[in-house]
Amino acid sequence: MIDTLPLILGTILTAATPLLIAALGEHVTERAGVLNLGVEGMMIVGAASAFAVAVLTDSSVLGIAAGALAGLAVSAVFGVLVVYLAANQVATGLAMTILGLGLSGLIGQNFVGQPRAPIPPIEFPLLKEIPVLGKALFTGDPVFYLSLILIGLVGYGLNSTRFGLLLRAVGENHTSAHALGLPVRRIRFIAVLFGGLLAGLAGAYLSLIYTRFWSPGMSAGRGWIALALVVFAAGHVWRLVLGAYLFGGITVAQLHAQAGAIGLPSQLLSALPYLMTIAVLLLLSISGRRGSGAAGSLGQPFVPER
Amino acid sequence: MNGAGVGVVVELKGITKYFGALLANAAVDLTLRSGEIHALLGENGAGKSTLVKILYGLLAPDSGEIVIGGVPVTLESPRAARAHGIGMVFQHFSLFDEMSVIENIAIPLDGAIANNALRRKVSEKAAQFGLEIELDRPVHTLSAGERQRIEILRALIQEPKVIILDEPTSVLTPSESESLFVTLDKLKAEGASILFISHKLEEVRRLCDRATVLRGGRVVGATDPRRATAKELATLMVGEGIADLNPGAGGEPGAPMLVLDGLSVAPETVHGITLDGIDLVVRSGEIVAVAGVAGNGQSELYNAISGEGGRITGGTISIADRAMNRASINDRRKAGAAFVPEARLGQATLPQSPLSDNIVLSWHATETIGSPFINRERLETVAQGIVRDFDVRIPRSDPVAAHLSGGNLQKYIVGREVKRMPGLIVIDQPSWGVDARAARHIRQTLMDLAAQGTAVLVITQDLDEALSLADSIVVMRKGRLSAARPTRTVTRGEIGLMMTGGARATEGAS
Amino acid sequence: MRLVLVSRRRISRQRQFATPVVALLVALAIGGLIVWLMGRSPWRALQVFVIEPLTDPWALQEVLLKATPLMLISIGLLFCFRASRWNIGAEGQFLLGGICGGGIAILTHGMSGFWIMPLMMIAGMLGGLAYAAIPAVLRTRFGISEILTSLMLVYVADLLLDYLVRGPWRDPKGFNFPQSVSFSDAAVLHPLFEGGRLHLGLVLALVVAAIAFVLFRRTLFGYAVAASGDAPRAANFAGFNEARITVLVFLISGALAGLAGVVEVAGQVQQLRPGFGQGLGFTAIIVAFLGRLTPVGATLSSVVIAVLLIGAESAQVSLKLPYDLTRFFMGLLLTCVLVGESLDRYSLEIQRERT
Repeated sequence: MIDTLPLILGTILTAATPLLIAALGEHVTERAGVLNLGVEGMMIVGAASAFAVAVLTDSSVLGIAAGALAGLAVSAVFGVLVVYLAANQVATGLAMTILGLGLSGLIGQNFVGQPRAPIPPIEFPLLKEIPVLGKALFTGDPVFYLSLILIGLVGYGLNSTRFGLLLRAVGENHTSAHALGLPVRRIRFIAVLFGGLLAGLAGAYLSLIYTRFWSPGMSAGRGWIALALVVFAAGHVWRLVLGAYLFGGITVAQLHAQAGAIGLPSQLLSALPYLMTIAVLLLLSISGRRGSGAAGSLGQPFVPER
Repeated sequence: MNGAGVGVVVELKGITKYFGALLANAAVDLTLRSGEIHALLGENGAGKSTLVKILYGLLAPDSGEIVIGGVPVTLESPRAARAHGIGMVFQHFSLFDEMSVIENIAIPLDGAIANNALRRKVSEKAAQFGLEIELDRPVHTLSAGERQRIEILRALIQEPKVIILDEPTSVLTPSESESLFVTLDKLKAEGASILFISHKLEEVRRLCDRATVLRGGRVVGATDPRRATAKELATLMVGEGIADLNPGAGGEPGAPMLVLDGLSVAPETVHGITLDGIDLVVRSGEIVAVAGVAGNGQSELYNAISGEGGRITGGTISIADRAMNRASINDRRKAGAAFVPEARLGQATLPQSPLSDNIVLSWHATETIGSPFINRERLETVAQGIVRDFDVRIPRSDPVAAHLSGGNLQKYIVGREVKRMPGLIVIDQPSWGVDARAARHIRQTLMDLAAQGTAVLVITQDLDEALSLADSIVVMRKGRLSAARPTRTVTRGEIGLMMTGGARATEGAS
Repeated sequence: MRLVLVSRRRISRQRQFATPVVALLVALAIGGLIVWLMGRSPWRALQVFVIEPLTDPWALQEVLLKATPLMLISIGLLFCFRASRWNIGAEGQFLLGGICGGGIAILTHGMSGFWIMPLMMIAGMLGGLAYAAIPAVLRTRFGISEILTSLMLVYVADLLLDYLVRGPWRDPKGFNFPQSVSFSDAAVLHPLFEGGRLHLGLVLALVVAAIAFVLFRRTLFGYAVAASGDAPRAANFAGFNEARITVLVFLISGALAGLAGVVEVAGQVQQLRPGFGQGLGFTAIIVAFLGRLTPVGATLSSVVIAVLLIGAESAQVSLKLPYDLTRFFMGLLLTCVLVGESLDRYSLEIQRERT
């Protein structure tokens, strides 16, 4: 048990990282007042693009960059529709998810089943010798460390920078923000692009680091779970991080239970993350946090009068 | 003084602005000088807001010129306007409820964040003008007066040459207004130019050095308000005189139609107001007005009476002698009640549905509209009848609600309820944003209705409306209701006192 | 110069009709471009995707068979979407309908009787209805967004189906394939006429569409649903109960998706197996929007989308075009429809620099 514990911790972190990255992006998007239901689509396009480019160029770094940029590209389409054309955010997000699932299939069709070598981990000498936690925390992959930087960046950026202040203002009340002359739509568009970039990066992590192969539909609802995590976070980055690692834990526990053949149908265990998502939202509501924390003008299109 | 240009800070020359075919501003000229308070007068829809938005860079004029300090400028955004020394205090505050005071002040300041340097600067300004406020409180915990201080501080921190105040006293108690006037006098003494938008003639005559009057988008007069009488100003604002209200027979009130007995209601939202032990009786044939500064529980009171919202925690409400505590809005309609809510579009009507379809909203429970299939022809006939009998001006046959002007839509809504011949009508802000002519029409309709024996409850922020319309008046303050006073004997001063709780406004209480 | 959106005062009737058609044409043009980039002839693709399914009598029947579940599901979704309730889990309700209806077929395997088919349909509708009730109740009782919960339940339904056909309901003589027994005669929807394939399902779908048309056009219920979507506060003013409407539209939508599930398993598949849903529950969302959230529009759009789906199946064979291209195209089409809707409400105007 002592031997496997660091290993399990490591896999939890790996399973949680894509959720965390995508949720951080969506958190920023929602703070600006835009609900992006296209995360799942942006994620899987990122996964396919990252894998394809990594294989073609034999560079994981280029692959990861391509994944993030692919997510950004889909989010740009989404952004033009919902921010500049004031289209319905729910329907447009769904359109992006449907489109993204198809597009990822097209991008990835020639790469199904090809394996990809792991990216060498970054090891911190001495620190990695710390019992139990050391190996998990200090011999991670580069994107894991990037995700930790992103947590700080998003937390600091939203709360302590001028752009973060304006972004939150635009999300809370776009009418007031416009009356004061803030560029409501430009700020929202940037927030959407940031969310897309991170969704794409999360996808790249899935195909290049988490599983190290491409298979159609591999995001398997993680984009939706990321959306649920943002609801769970209720405006606080630390809750979002907590939620992501909690879900990483559930995913890993579920995999171990399946391998361990504990007598439950494997499908029930596979359904656990989805059922847990509903359960967590339910608990959140029962504990009296209903409706709190969401940006004031979330989901509402904004059209300035001339 | 050695020339017309001396002290001129801002000049608007020939400002013209169309919205589609509607002419909102027609070649408006306006000059603002330093060290003066300049009133911009006009009734609802006269084009005041449009002009102010142009001056603050929110709207672009179709033609005309803005000259600041002798130089023609283009104000492509509020940011540009602020850079040219123009500050703005909005009527419906442009604040962010969930954010702190200091963050709210930082938002429109170029390059600012809510740090200690800004805190110091704001505190200094606040002390200088007597506008002290806790900088780390979230805005939603503050009173209307305190919120306005944030807006004013936010403008002052940028050292503006011109400060625009849009209907600043409409949300203030009389004593809060007094302290605002003190601040404005201080600013004037410091050499600022203040553009004061209002339709309250008394305060304009007290406070302002000059007045420009707009009507139908045009400048119809520029006078010294201290020399003109209120009557003269009013005539300038609305054009040829509007007939006075014609009170009905004035018989004795009949049986109680609406009785609130110790009614308490829990707040609907986190930031809502609690209604606390409300007593109120409205009898057949009488008009009762609920006066008070906005946000003291009037919407909550309307919702509790109509049944549209709010959880009753104590006391009773009855309509036509029937207990209504748990009754739906339609049960209340069946008891003879009719309701006209505050929001005309999106609450009283479906904005994108024709007038005929909009009949269904309040008629389906009590009137014949056809079952199981809705009788559209009947609805159209009813709508035509309302349009005819209540002088609703429509752009085409059976338009959608959103295409009517505020006044005409309100006449339609009131007409729709009156046609049901209710025993009780409750109307929230009958003439808010309505032009003077339509407002008179609506008030006369309510008087006629009372004369025929209907009980009328009017909830209004407009004290003049309350006094001219009602038989008795009650004042709402912080979720409580004063005892009723006959309108004939009560004075404005007494009502002002009731609005502030009989003492100077207690600031900061939540 | 910059582009600005200007609100239109009125949306003309012609635009209402023309917009989806134009959106379809634009999506087809973009799709053709992609086919060309993939090195195939766009003309040939047009032939396979659009012309052949409409001209070949056998293919035309396939189109109508495919359109049947789309009609049923999308008509149900209209109720939700008109009321601005976002049931995006129709796929799950569709699967549950198939599972419950199919379950009856499996339990009554080998029996005969006229009652089996109605029982399957009732079971399917109840299954879909109960499954849709979950997100509805979570929203009305606990204030949880129905978007995420309804979607999560799709994954759960998928796994439930997988469990059943690999476990308790697996055909013992099926060589370990994950599928149930083939339904008996009484549990199958038979062709309406000799030599054809069309069955009762299409009739049911058209009847449902007609009822929905009347409900929306002429009844207080339809009015209340639309009002609660357009202006919730006005619906409250009218005394339409928000929670009741939420639950009702979800139940209607779930029941119709469930019925579609029964029609699909009893008509087309005639057994339970993984993936019988083919994502039609999601495609129906596109159908609903392409049909501008009206019953007539949804009925017509179901056929349009079915043509493309049948075309896609043959394109896989004849043109070696991957099925993912069709999925991508569906997303593209919905995108174009949404752009079109925005341009209905607002006109794009070029604003010159101010002088």
